[in-house]
Amino acid sequence: MEQPVRADHAGSLTLRPGRGATRARAARRPRIGKALAPYLLSLPAGLWLLVLFLVPLLVMLSLSLQTCNYGTGACVMTWHWGEFWQQVSLYHAQLLTSFYFAGAATIIDLVVSFPIAYWIAFHGGRRKNFFLLMLLVPFFVSFVIRTVVWEFILSDQGIILGGLKHAHLLPQSFHVLATGYAVVAGLAYNYLPFTALPLYVAIERIDRRVLDAAYDLYASRREAFTKVILPLTVPGLFAAFLLTFIPALGDYVNQQILGGTNDTMIGTVIQNAFLTYFDYAGGSALSAVLMAIALIGIFAYARLLGSRTIEEYL
Amino acid sequence: MTETHTARAAAAGEAGPDAALPAIELAGVAKEFHSGGEVVTAVRDMDLAIREGEFFSLLGPSGCGKTTTMRMIAGFEEPTRGLIRLHGRDVTGTPPNKRDVNMVFQSYALFPHMTVFENVAFGLRRRQVPRNEITRRVGEMLEIVDLSGRERRRPRELSGGQQQRVALARALVNRPRALLLDEPLGALDLKLRQAMQVELKRIQREVGITFVYVTHDQGEALTMSDRIAVMNDGVIEQLGLPREIYEHPATRFVAGFIGTSNLLTGTVTRLAGELAVIEVSEAEQILVPVRGLRVGPGSPLELTVRPEKIDLATRRPADGACALRGTVTEVVYLGTSTSFAVTTTTGAEMVVFRQNSALAGDLAGRGDEVWLSWQPQHSYPIG
Repeated sequence: MEQPVRADHAGSLTLRPGRGATRARAARRPRIGKALAPYLLSLPAGLWLLVLFLVPLLVMLSLSLQTCNYGTGACVMTWHWGEFWQQVSLYHAQLLTSFYFAGAATIIDLVVSFPIAYWIAFHGGRRKNFFLLMLLVPFFVSFVIRTVVWEFILSDQGIILGGLKHAHLLPQSFHVLATGYAVVAGLAYNYLPFTALPLYVAIERIDRRVLDAAYDLYASRREAFTKVILPLTVPGLFAAFLLTFIPALGDYVNQQILGGTNDTMIGTVIQNAFLTYFDYAGGSALSAVLMAIALIGIFAYARLLGSRTIEEYL
Repeated sequence: MTETHTARAAAAGEAGPDAALPAIELAGVAKEFHSGGEVVTAVRDMDLAIREGEFFSLLGPSGCGKTTTMRMIAGFEEPTRGLIRLHGRDVTGTPPNKRDVNMVFQSYALFPHMTVFENVAFGLRRRQVPRNEITRRVGEMLEIVDLSGRERRRPRELSGGQQQRVALARALVNRPRALLLDEPLGALDLKLRQAMQVELKRIQREVGITFVYVTHDQGEALTMSDRIAVMNDGVIEQLGLPREIYEHPATRFVAGFIGTSNLLTGTVTRLAGELAVIEVSEAEQILVPVRGLRVGPGSPLELTVRPEKIDLATRRPADGACALRGTVTEVVYLGTSTSFAVTTTTGAEMVVFRQNSALAGDLAGRGDEVWLSWQPQHSYPIG
């Protein structure tokens, strides 16, 4: 039986000359340049990372083992390993508060941004990019200013509480500002895009036909969600969790602007150690502890949902 | 277009009490999509009855409405007008998870986070089938599709052909009343595709379930189907047995879409019994059987002749056959056959296939003057 070549097959042939031409051009370039190109291209970024990231990191780690004079700020290397434990036991309450606030904010963000990401990915249509941009619009304003605006919003006589109190829906003594709730609200607001974007990427990647297949195989909407969509977004959920939780853990702006005096987070402690008390060793040790926690999270991610799993979803 | 022949007895169900009831029935089904204020009609008032146990193909070019038709049967799209019945039960408006049909998707749509076993067991689990029965049925089905021992693999670890068989098993294990296949072999290479065609046909005979197969590949449809509906522009152009569709194309579209066809037009000179005669010149004539067609001297006639029905010779053929004279413009050697392009004296371009049998030598070369001839029953009037 004759099967003539159909037009749509012929179409793919037109790609080939283009590819061939690139190869021909590459062959003309000198060999040494080709071998060095990747290194030359990564040189600026490499230098940048070395000077502005790796060196300060090593300085910080070495500082945490030094002993400093609080008056002059001069430090001497003393290999004082006990510093880490000292700092943790001294500030364990603030560390716990940080975990508590950052955890609460992350959970709120995951719950709030899942429907947003899902809706944009599956129902955003042609305006997907517009909706994503809308999600990022607050980021065109400085972090501190955004948080200060939240201070206005949440203040005792502000637009929300003032109105509700005026309508006698809330008692006059009610307040949110200077409580942990305000800090969590601020953290959740400020880090929402860090949760929504990785989730969006994970959901967007789900083949719609896989969902169709689930419905075709007698799954209800709820089962399609729990058995197919949710498991397929697990890597995205974990990435969103890390990207939100880790920066929120070290955040010191939200607590200082929106929080009270008895819910200090570890970020504030570190900031004070460096800028108020000149306790470089103590601040560095606490930073190192926070970094270790972050690294444990990333290693857990790689182990549990390692590269193999991620590859499977591509 | 109405059905012209009855299909040969299908594998199952023919003797049962349900035999008269079609497995799938579409009554006046139409589907319109709205895009940017414009109404696009994907399927126009379609009537179709697919029999129990048959291998039925919806064949047509992309955009002809075949996939939309299938998605309406599966429940992913609702018809704008008309009714869909499965075994006599109206399912219009029933969501896909409540319909007793399953689908094999074009790109398989396997669940990437599940093993082969979990993929196949998915439908049974949703229906609360007891655990030991799931194990048994999945095992049986994996055996049928020749994937035993691969239960623990993930879809990514399987080859294209294996993934395709998992998709098939995942649908068939639910014992649906009908299986819908949406270009399931499209992603496979030619060798594997041909092997899977035979395989699919075997599995269909083995399980006895109605298969509805959507494809744009006429070879695939002709190889596997009990019946074929050729679709174009939202309409069924012809419905019949593969042989009928191939040898008696009912419309110009079908003639052009299925295989290679020579399309000739002429004016009837006279009628000779059941045959219309188009006299091209003194020695050249085309004879066309015109049963049931109302043609007389002077009426225009369009007809098709399949290239393999045409004989190519250097001498004038005997009387009583269709005969045209022409010049060979191209000779293409195709292995088992040779294709000749011939320009007739009237200027028509014709293609002729001749088998490269042991007896046939070099029939003709480029520039040779040849005679084309064929039996009158191989001229098919269309329109």
